[in-house]
Amino acid sequence: MLKNYFKIAIAVLRRKKFFTFISLFGISFTLAILIVLAAFIDQVIGNDYPDRKRDRSLYITALEQRMDKPGYHTGSGGPLSFYFLNHFAGGLKTPVKVAIASKMSATNAYVNNKKIKVYLKYTNAAWWEVLENEFLEGKPYTQQQIDNADPVAVITEDAKRAYFGDEPLVVGKYIEADNTRFRVIGVIKNISLLSGMMYGDLYVPYTLSKTDYKYKYYNGDYQGILLAGSKAEVPKMKEEYEQMVARLPVESKDFDKVYSHGDSYFASLMNFGHEDTPGMTYMLTAIGIFVALILLLPTLNLVNINITRIMERSSEIGVRKAFGASSATLVYQFLVENCILTLLGGFIGGILSVVVMKIFNSAHLIANMELSLNFTVLFVALLTCFVFGLLSGVYPAWRMSRLDVVTALKA
Amino acid sequence: MIRLRNIEKVYRTDTVETLALNSISLTVAKGEFLSVMGPSGCGKSTLLNIMGLLDAPTRGELKISEQKTDHLSDKQLARFRNLKLGFIFQSYHLINDLKVLDNVELPLLYRAATGGERRKLAATALEKVGLSNRVKHFPAQLSGGQKQRVAIARAIAGNPEIILADEPTGNLDSVMGNEILEILLQLNRKEGTTIVMVTHDENMAKKTHRLVRLFDGTQVQ
Repeated sequence: MLKNYFKIAIAVLRRKKFFTFISLFGISFTLAILIVLAAFIDQVIGNDYPDRKRDRSLYITALEQRMDKPGYHTGSGGPLSFYFLNHFAGGLKTPVKVAIASKMSATNAYVNNKKIKVYLKYTNAAWWEVLENEFLEGKPYTQQQIDNADPVAVITEDAKRAYFGDEPLVVGKYIEADNTRFRVIGVIKNISLLSGMMYGDLYVPYTLSKTDYKYKYYNGDYQGILLAGSKAEVPKMKEEYEQMVARLPVESKDFDKVYSHGDSYFASLMNFGHEDTPGMTYMLTAIGIFVALILLLPTLNLVNINITRIMERSSEIGVRKAFGASSATLVYQFLVENCILTLLGGFIGGILSVVVMKIFNSAHLIANMELSLNFTVLFVALLTCFVFGLLSGVYPAWRMSRLDVVTALKA
Repeated sequence: MIRLRNIEKVYRTDTVETLALNSISLTVAKGEFLSVMGPSGCGKSTLLNIMGLLDAPTRGELKISEQKTDHLSDKQLARFRNLKLGFIFQSYHLINDLKVLDNVELPLLYRAATGGERRKLAATALEKVGLSNRVKHFPAQLSGGQKQRVAIARAIAGNPEIILADEPTGNLDSVMGNEILEILLQLNRKEGTTIVMVTHDENMAKKTHRLVRLFDGTQVQ
């Protein structure tokens, strides 16, 4: 029976080529956008280099102090200070390590009268123990070097290429950036810009920071990663952190409470909201609305085209009903035909998305990000095709199944 | 085989009520070839549609193969039609996107039959109507007479007990029309298939077992 439906589906597509083109264009264009978006999100979530211990990590990216009273609201927040992370987070019992790094700051490096923009990050020693950066040369700086405020640096492949050109080995050489001469002690594999707090070009000890890392304020320029001994300990670690924050005194009488959370990786990426409406909610709502709109327009278009096509096939519907097809059977037939159309559109959309991804990757629009069509993305794409086929086929199929046999045969 | 008792069909719109059939009582015996004649608009096709369970009477009782049909659901009616009835239409109503064999297989799609079984039954039906050499053709490649033969093959592929033919020769010339009638007569004689045929052609009607005439929805003969 499916073979019969397949033949009919292909024949119907061939019959009115212009309608078919419009339908397929709408579907493939929409799905190409969704596939590229899925590949993009997959890169953000799925590409975990160098952060391979996400399942036992909590990310501390912000701290906020607020006062919320009827008719009066005030707040202040942002990244944390080195002091807060080192003293308060570092004092917790559950984490086995606390990695601390500043947000990346853009600075200039000069080589051969050429200015190169590099992103500088100040980190502690635990940074290299929590993360699993792949060292292509050398090694990370040690606690001793940090304590001594040695002007050493770990740089990325891209930074090495930009500064040193084709030189094969650069450990022991010097790179001048931010008015400081750093000795290169390690070169690491590039990190994607979308890896959030992990990204940088030049990593140096926090003791070289030009801002006072000893400030005893809560907020500053740093973010942290708490590493638990095992995945099972993460809830306990989260609880301990929350309790510690709950006990913190506010820094000003303008506020009455301190807020800060240790979040999972993905939740920490969405931390641009506040306590009442977390960023995750905004982001998921935004993604949901975007996807719904992107799907809605071609769905409505396809519903419209399908209804027109169904009316043209009234005679066929009447004959099928006369010879024993029930309404449910006809709905099933039509949904199968529609899914074939959307799968075909999905296939074309897949090819289009590969082309778009190739163009995107070759343009290097986002540093160290390579979009690709992997199994996850393909699965999402196929699922979307299927849902799309059902959504755009249900109403026309229902309309068709309601056609009176005698009226249909007269059409 | 088919029993109609006081069948009435009324079509209602907001302003008009039309009595298409008025107290029709009729019995068609098993193996009988019945013709239905009458002027245009007298209710012949309406009567055939009711017999074929494609339309429901407003009043009256219909039994096919001793089974009452008024209480059957949409799904049950579809199943009943699939197993017991075959249809032949004036305009053939072949599916132009499907080849001849696929068209003939159509009723068998809605049964629990494998692809092989369907093809075999369809091929047998096509053999009976003399079109075995056209299985891979599309309807657009056939003459009117050939199309109607395919339609007959489709109607008999599932070995129904009853065939309902609505002016099967209406769109054909006299030669082709006679060929089609001959096929129907053969089916009736050799297979014992009960056939009810609506026709405008008196000569054709005379070749059947019995003739019923309708006039303004009423049986007059």
